Amino acid sequence: MTASTHTLPPNTSVTRVMTLVLACLMPGVLVYVWQFGWGIVINLVWASLLALGIEALALRLRGYPLKPFLTDGSAVVTAWLLALSIPPLAPWWMTLVGMIFAIGVAKHLYGGLGQNIFNPAMIGFAVLIISFPVQMTQWSAPLSLAGHAPNFTESLSLIFADTLPDGVNLDAIISATPLDTVRTGLMQQHTLDEIHGASRIFGQIGGVGSEWVAAAYLVGGIALWAFRIVPWQVPVAFLAGIWLTAGFLHWFDTGRYAAPWFQIAMPSSMLGAFFIATDPVSGSTTPKGRLIFGLGAGFLTVIIRAFGGYPDGVAFSILLMNLCVPLIDAWTQPRVFGTAKD
Amino acid sequence: MRTLHRFPGGIHPEEHKAESSARPIHAPFIPNRLFIPMRQHIGQPAKPIVKVGDKVLKGQMIGQADGYVSTAVHASSSGVVTGIGLHAVAHPSGLPDLCITIDTDGHDTWTELQPLDWQSLDPAAVRGYVRDLGIAGLGGAVFPSSIKLDPKNQPIHTLILNGGECEPWITCDDRLMRERAEEVLQGARIMQHLLGAQTVIAGIEDNKPEAIAAMQAAAEKLGLQIEIAAMPTRYPGGGGKQITQTLTGLETPSGKLSTDIGVQVFNVGTAYALARAILHGEPLISRIVTVTGHVLGPQNYETLIGTPMGELVMHAGEREGTTGLIMGGPMMGFDVQPEAPVVKATNCVLVKSAELFPPKPRELPCIRCTECARVCPAQLQPQELYWFARAKNFGKAQEYNLFDCIECGCCSYVCPSHIPLVDYYRFAKSEIWAREKEKHAADIARERHEFRLFRLEREKKEKAERLAAKAQTKKAEAPTLTTDEQDAKKKLIAEALARAQAKKAGVAPKNTDNLTPEQCAEIAEIEARRARIREMAKKTIEPEKHL
Amino acid sequence: MLTAILVMAGIAIVLGAVLGYAALRYKVEGDPLVEKIDAILPQTQCGQCGYPGCKPYATAIAKGEADINKCPPGGEEGVKKLAELLGVEVKPLDAEPKPKAVAFIDENLCIGCTLCIQACPVDAILGAAKQMHTIIASECTGCELCVAPCPVDCISMVVLKEDLPHWKWKYPVFRIKQAA
Repeated sequence: MTASTHTLPPNTSVTRVMTLVLACLMPGVLVYVWQFGWGIVINLVWASLLALGIEALALRLRGYPLKPFLTDGSAVVTAWLLALSIPPLAPWWMTLVGMIFAIGVAKHLYGGLGQNIFNPAMIGFAVLIISFPVQMTQWSAPLSLAGHAPNFTESLSLIFADTLPDGVNLDAIISATPLDTVRTGLMQQHTLDEIHGASRIFGQIGGVGSEWVAAAYLVGGIALWAFRIVPWQVPVAFLAGIWLTAGFLHWFDTGRYAAPWFQIAMPSSMLGAFFIATDPVSGSTTPKGRLIFGLGAGFLTVIIRAFGGYPDGVAFSILLMNLCVPLIDAWTQPRVFGTAKD
Repeated sequence: MRTLHRFPGGIHPEEHKAESSARPIHAPFIPNRLFIPMRQHIGQPAKPIVKVGDKVLKGQMIGQADGYVSTAVHASSSGVVTGIGLHAVAHPSGLPDLCITIDTDGHDTWTELQPLDWQSLDPAAVRGYVRDLGIAGLGGAVFPSSIKLDPKNQPIHTLILNGGECEPWITCDDRLMRERAEEVLQGARIMQHLLGAQTVIAGIEDNKPEAIAAMQAAAEKLGLQIEIAAMPTRYPGGGGKQITQTLTGLETPSGKLSTDIGVQVFNVGTAYALARAILHGEPLISRIVTVTGHVLGPQNYETLIGTPMGELVMHAGEREGTTGLIMGGPMMGFDVQPEAPVVKATNCVLVKSAELFPPKPRELPCIRCTECARVCPAQLQPQELYWFARAKNFGKAQEYNLFDCIECGCCSYVCPSHIPLVDYYRFAKSEIWAREKEKHAADIARERHEFRLFRLEREKKEKAERLAAKAQTKKAEAPTLTTDEQDAKKKLIAEALARAQAKKAGVAPKNTDNLTPEQCAEIAEIEARRARIREMAKKTIEPEKHL
Repeated sequence: MLTAILVMAGIAIVLGAVLGYAALRYKVEGDPLVEKIDAILPQTQCGQCGYPGCKPYATAIAKGEADINKCPPGGEEGVKKLAELLGVEVKPLDAEPKPKAVAFIDENLCIGCTLCIQACPVDAILGAAKQMHTIIASECTGCELCVAPCPVDCISMVVLKEDLPHWKWKYPVFRIKQAA
């Protein structure tokens, strides 16, 4: 007879956790479609199919059963996070390359679900931005600014056949992100005010359209916290890290460093704060550790945005903090009940 | 009103209390055969003091307390002892243990009972009676009450009556407080007297309003200074350390008991049993058991200790599709065989079915979500402990305070990966204990071996000195041993050897043949004593639980 | 050039003096390695390793004369611990580990010769010449050294069965890799 504790039927599962994450991403996705068109939907579906395929292949090669792991939802979450981090009209093969590195390398080569030390989606992103920097800057223009709004079929052929709609120039469809615009402008020795004056991409706080996406991520993120899927420490510390670092730099030189609210209003900041930095597998597990993790990632994000070679720093900052997790966890073990208070 | 404090962690699963709490406590029935284990409490098992064939009366002592941490065991009904040996018992291992079998005669004749004048007696004498009347903690830990009622060096300022009953399904304490509150409080008064506690608080979870009302009414009626506190319903609020914190705000230090900070916690059932014992002289021979789950009539049964659980379930109405029995609740209970008897620790027999308790879903890898850490009442990092236990890295597990785990099962319940976390902690704990025992045995063996070497050396030296002295004095005398004498000695040895070999072949008489009846009796007695000693040599140490 | 040589020589002398002083100041009595190895060995004193006890075997290991896999009572785990302590590769045990057992004297056969008492390395046998002998089971290490000397073969090894007080929680079955 094997004795086993607690016979109560469980009230949760990994599948439930992952499904809730996807559900809380939905507001962001809907606003994304509303502001930027159909491209993102196609890429989300494509990335999900790739993720499941690569996951199945990796499980088969490693001798694991397919059903429990394909239905746990973790591969789809990785797929969505990667798809939402890259340009929505990115060509099909870029998503493929990204997913191979995310699921195949970052997840399964490290032992599969629960074992990866790096966030798989961010590894996929890092590989793409290093390998294909040009394509990674070709973001869809907000529909309100675009010269041509590609419909579903046009988006499909753009992604899978690299074919532009008849008589439409690529520049009518794509545009640089606000962060990219700032960066290019600064390199040309313009001040922030000049850059803001010269481009229509800037909205009320962040970018036209994208600030609404960021707001929708925030709403979904708060829901995720309310469902107790993510702890409050990581997003709060991450956003605080961005705000404090950006605030300090902005105060130091208003002409060169973007305002803290502008930085926070980037969709990547909100996505990173609530959905990526909160990945439990690659993040810190202690309450204090999560504060350190979030603050560090927020700080590094702004540092990379301001001084680094890439337009955005969320992915790299989270990967760097992933590296520090074992140390942070070892340092921040909470007090055990009944042991002396420090 | 007492300010209540909040203990960390905890969960609130579906209560399932209404099933069995609606009906009154059912009167006891007498099974044909009782199996009464000698090991029903923490510490040394009781020593049988009856023989096969003896007639015993209800309430007669059949096993006597052995050592300090021990308590007596009594016949639950009158009848004849028909066996003393191994029988299935309620234990997670499923291994049998020493039980006394009594074939009941159905008369249920009481032995003579002696109520106790507890107020005029010396507390130590009262504790002696408590021990001989077999009182042990009925909340599940079954720690001998006589020890807990001894304040020793640590003065007890607060006595807590634990009516938490935080585990789902179980309602035996609820019904007890509703129906027998007065006796519970009388027991508490005796406890207060023995401990010299200034404050007495009864903590009851607020999902038992009838019990709270009954206890309040009884306290008023008896004119006792006992505070009845309604605690928020949250598992494991009835844990010793948890209820102490909820009611007093005191945090029990790691590795210690609430006793060490001047708080003593007793289950309400123990208080009731103590009142019956002291005021009526009744030993602990029955207890209230919740029979619930997949049965026709879920209800609380006053049950004789030693009643096979399967028989108890039959009384409550067995149903088609039963998949097994759990002793205790669904959080901390464990599977038992239906042949295993009800013991002092049996607060609940939970009957399983596939609908109520479906087989556990497949285990997935840990995703480090730390839900377990959020609900852990000991504020541990269960996910870290799990990795260490799984990797058999026991040193690290201890470093992360494995032994502060109270095995409440909250972590396993909330785990989205459905990992049986507590099973890993139990494995690690028992492995560590076993290793410590082995290490201790090795240390003793080393010491004995080294002493032996030292002794041989010393003997050699002494012999040499003696011989030297002898040689000096007997220099002139003749050699001591003639060849004849040596031959005679050799012959003697050869003869003994031959006799022994013959014996072994079974032809010659053994040294145990041709004995007088007295000698035979003596040998039999020695054999029996040896058997008992062998049993008793197998001590067990188990973690104390108050749930 | 000369200065450099002098400086280097000076440093060498100072460091040498410090090291020499430290060696005297923090001198450890006895050989701690032998003690550490001995602490890992199970102290059955059975001699299955070819040495007359655990301590001699520990000394031999410390000197590098004996291999770490000669102790069957210590089991695979003992070998692992020794390998960890000494920083060497784990080796498979030289012999099959046996289940833990204690000696038992058939008192109907014992002739009281005291040979087993003399053989027992931990004085776990009680008796006197021409008196029946018995094993103190709780002190017996199961070394089997008393079995051979008995002229009437009345000593047998009884394997310890798992019973309730000695039961251990098992390693939970990890079902992740099993098919659904």
